[in-house]
Amino acid sequence: MKYLCLVYQEEKQEVNVPPAQIEQAKRDYWAFTEDIKKSGHYIGSNGLKHTDAATTVRVRNGKVSTTDGPFAETKEQLGGYFLIEAKDLNDALQVAARIPSAKWGSVEVRPIWG
Amino acid sequence: MAEETPDIENYDVVDDRLRLIFTCCHPALNPDAQVAMTLREICGLTTEQVAAAFLTTAPTLAQRIVRAKTKIRDARIPYEVPERADLPERLASVLHVVYLVFNQGYFTRADLATEAIRLGRLLVDLLPESEALGLLALMLLHDARRATRTTAAGVLIPLEEQDRSRWNRAQIEEGAALVRRAFETRRAGPYALQAAIAAVHAEAPSSAATDWSEIVGLYDVLLRMEPSPVIELNRAAAVAMRDGPEHGLTLIDAILARGELQEYHLAHAARADLFRRLGRKSEAAAAYNRALALAVEEPERHLLERRLKEL
Repeated sequence: MKYLCLVYQEEKQEVNVPPAQIEQAKRDYWAFTEDIKKSGHYIGSNGLKHTDAATTVRVRNGKVSTTDGPFAETKEQLGGYFLIEAKDLNDALQVAARIPSAKWGSVEVRPIWG
Repeated sequence: MAEETPDIENYDVVDDRLRLIFTCCHPALNPDAQVAMTLREICGLTTEQVAAAFLTTAPTLAQRIVRAKTKIRDARIPYEVPERADLPERLASVLHVVYLVFNQGYFTRADLATEAIRLGRLLVDLLPESEALGLLALMLLHDARRATRTTAAGVLIPLEEQDRSRWNRAQIEEGAALVRRAFETRRAGPYALQAAIAAVHAEAPSSAATDWSEIVGLYDVLLRMEPSPVIELNRAAAVAMRDGPEHGLTLIDAILARGELQEYHLAHAARADLFRRLGRKSEAAAAYNRALALAVEEPERHLLERRLKEL
């Protein structure tokens, strides 16, 4: 079964992170991704640019409305995702708990429809 | 997993019950639904009985259970005993559900406490982990005092005034033996420590003859394991018994000064008791009134009212 692991973290806090810690996080992400490729969980992943770059579109009565910013203002923002193949939710949660950002942000695990 | 499971002939049946418990108490499910499903699927209570115990309506509860079952299917929550690596965390959520059931029945529902103990026994039989032993011990030791905890009129009787000759000795012995088993694993956790404290109380001939140093020491260990202002408050009450009321008062005032337990009725009740023991009546009355303004449970309210009248 496929699960989407949505990675949330506080964008505002990122400017305060020392460069060495950012380098470590990159290495951790790289190692994690390699691990789940080897274990067969990995389907795909991407990091997202900050919500400063987000635009929200709605269509109401045929009229397009375009607004600056994300769908909702929240403390943590969606920063990226991993699409994984897992045996069941326990398996998926084990993978999600190893996503480096889970240590400072949070990961929402959603089963994929169908 | 196999080495953790006791050698029982009908292994499949045992395994099946464990799987059911772990599925009902899966932390990915709504907490209320976890409790409701455990009582319904494992204890065999009806939805109406569970609803009555948790002061909600049967349709509301039924809806929560339906949602939980839908999630089990849609998110594919497996029907299995968790892997070794996940076991401590998953067992913790099972034990938490059992303890919630027990506490729900603490004052008024002896039947729920009995169900919780039955569940606790089942867990100990199936998975004799240290914290499962600790929780069963804790429940047995608390339940052993059930008959003496309130008056016929429903007024809470404080520990020091309870008729110890009416405590359930067999249950206390069983609880104390389980505490020893939990400590022998060398992995005694918060439940086992709380049970150890309850055992010291249960085995003491009177409040005055209680080993308060032992109790303070156990609270110290518990606090290191699980820092919590409520545990600090209980430790302060034990210090007051060991060293005198003014020592307890200093500790409680320090906790309250941090602002954490300002809205917690038992913090003010404990403070009031210490003022009372020091003969500082007006301060005691003020603290009892503060506690009364915050207390919800009837047996506790009645005791606070009685204390105020006695001042």
